[in-house]
Amino acid sequence: MKLKSILTSAIAAVALGTAAIAADIKVGFVYVGPVGDGGWTYEHDQGRKAVVEAFGDRVETIYQESVPEGADSERVMTQMALQGADLIFTTSFGYMDPTINVAKKFPNVKFEHATGYKRADNVSTYSARFYEGRAVQGHIAGKMTKTNKIGYIGSFPIPEVIRGINSAYIHAKKVNPDVEFNIVWAYTWFDPAKEADAANALIEQGCDVVLQHTDSTAPQAAAEKAGNVITFGQASDMAEFGPLPRVSSIIDDWGPYYVARTQAVLDGTWTSMDTWDGIGPGMVKIGEISSAVPADIKAEAEALRDALGSGEYHAFTGPLNKQDGTPWLAAGETADDGTLAGMNFYVEGLTGTIPQ
Amino acid sequence: MIHFEKRLNPSRITTVVTPIIAVILTMIAGGIMFAALGKPPLEAIRIIFWDPLFDPNFASYSRPQLLVKAGPLILIAIGLSIGFKAGIWNIGAEGQYILGAVFGAAVALAAYPADSVLLFPAMVVAGAFGGWLWAMIPAILRTKFNTNEILVSLMLVYVAESILASVAQGLLKNPEGYGFPGSRNLQQYPSAFNAEVIANSGMHWGVISAFIAVIFAYVMMTRHIRGFEVRLMGEAPKAARFSGVSTTRLVVFCLGISGALAGLAGMFEVSGPSGQITIDFNSGYGFTAIIVAFLGRLHPIGILLAGLLMALTYIGGELAQLMLGLPGASIQLFQGMLLLFLLATDIFTNYRIRIGGSN
Repeated sequence: MKLKSILTSAIAAVALGTAAIAADIKVGFVYVGPVGDGGWTYEHDQGRKAVVEAFGDRVETIYQESVPEGADSERVMTQMALQGADLIFTTSFGYMDPTINVAKKFPNVKFEHATGYKRADNVSTYSARFYEGRAVQGHIAGKMTKTNKIGYIGSFPIPEVIRGINSAYIHAKKVNPDVEFNIVWAYTWFDPAKEADAANALIEQGCDVVLQHTDSTAPQAAAEKAGNVITFGQASDMAEFGPLPRVSSIIDDWGPYYVARTQAVLDGTWTSMDTWDGIGPGMVKIGEISSAVPADIKAEAEALRDALGSGEYHAFTGPLNKQDGTPWLAAGETADDGTLAGMNFYVEGLTGTIPQ
Repeated sequence: MIHFEKRLNPSRITTVVTPIIAVILTMIAGGIMFAALGKPPLEAIRIIFWDPLFDPNFASYSRPQLLVKAGPLILIAIGLSIGFKAGIWNIGAEGQYILGAVFGAAVALAAYPADSVLLFPAMVVAGAFGGWLWAMIPAILRTKFNTNEILVSLMLVYVAESILASVAQGLLKNPEGYGFPGSRNLQQYPSAFNAEVIANSGMHWGVISAFIAVIFAYVMMTRHIRGFEVRLMGEAPKAARFSGVSTTRLVVFCLGISGALAGLAGMFEVSGPSGQITIDFNSGYGFTAIIVAFLGRLHPIGILLAGLLMALTYIGGELAQLMLGLPGASIQLFQGMLLLFLLATDIFTNYRIRIGGSN
């Protein structure tokens, strides 16, 4: 018994020793769009570059872009694992089941799946509280609109997107009771042609603010062409469209998380966990509010951002009713993460129905 | 002066040689491109064409994956090629693929969690029926109202995508999925799972069906009266009509068979490699299969080889991206070059070059 435990600890020590000597690890990234999309995938790739910068030669990174969700992504992940990746970030919701499948086949490889809810011993999940950024956007949008019509390009009617719509609407409505939201579903994360069509349709309907939950800069270009329309950068700063039409942005900053998780694998301290960070820890950033926004509105928006960041204010604070009028949150009550994670309803005041 | 002169009979030798020339030309042009990107050209080409088949590290995984990737392409392309031979243009296989998957998955999910050996055969029938049904829309519109089946079948792809998005979020949504879109995963439902027939071979029922379809199409096109009618219709429509071939029946037949095969491909994909109905379940097999059909010169054996070659460029291309950090677009460009050279060299099958004066 004693001998056995001595032996096991000896083996463990040797294993640890070799891990320490072979400092090099390989980190893989699976992207849903091209790295040059200027939005979602671009920011994940910035995160990858942060890993390269932080660890230099100790870590090798590999990535694959424009990987379709489903069976193709499973093959890409498997090839990464076969190639010796120790840690693989799969950066789209649709990679959830493939990630779980591949993780089962490679128990020694660590996986990190963005925006999903399925975990395993070697699969963590992580996401950002984008809805906090949406609150700031909603505030600026509600103050800036002259037609009181705000357009919103939705990607897919999933909880993450619905949460963003609700958060933007609540905060626009708070500063402008007459505000109306027109929501268009593009059914894509990245398709410049479709996004441009959606933006143009919204502008024709009289929207002078266009919010987007799709990743390309096409809506920005459409707004620039139309004139008198303001937009917000999505996932990435999209600063090249400032100061107008882009007046601010929500930036996903994955770098610190990717560096921390890579460090954990290097140290042998990696464990499966669920991370959902917002403005406070810096996973969500608000891009520079441009000169097109009056100073007082800018100051209010920044105060809102800081309140969200410090945790003194929650983006979903009652009193709030659901769209059908049933009460959801009492005055002063804040939404719990479980409800937010599975959010499949609009708040009171939004028109239209969520596609089913 | 250089002239093209039409050959009296298509050259058999060039039919075999031109694809090889095309691959070599692609390697040269692609190699120049990779070199311009600052990557080692020979290594890139080796990774694309050789490593998926023979690399000791990857081959045992990527060889079966070739079949998984090629299976649906071949199955759909075989169906399309029959119609294309007759001049009936089904461009909407992608939509029929989606409907086949939706019908097949719906049968499985309706039966969930019942355990029965009859379930999978029922899904096969439902998948084929779904694809067939979707193809019957352009078929009936063409035969009754003389609409253009190219436009109708293509437009129905977008309708099918909307149906897919709708059922992924409603009718077929996983009730245990926390409100997220997407169906239950059929891989975890043994009666409905289109598992590999031989473990780690990549051979699931869809791949086997693709091989059967190749044989079936070959026999039909060379030995059966229906194959003769199809060819006659394509090559001499007037003669076909005089000899009593019914256009209506042929349109319904060609669209029906291509729709049913595309539907089968979708069903095998959703119950096997993919496992789930999701909002963007379809990943372009229906459109790529059109390329495969023409790459294979609309011949069943050609399609078999073309499907495998396409699959190789996909998988090899992914490997090259991973190993050399090549941009994804350069791989698409490389695939595009291959298609361009294959189609461009095709001219030598029917024409020969003559140098000198024309007469």
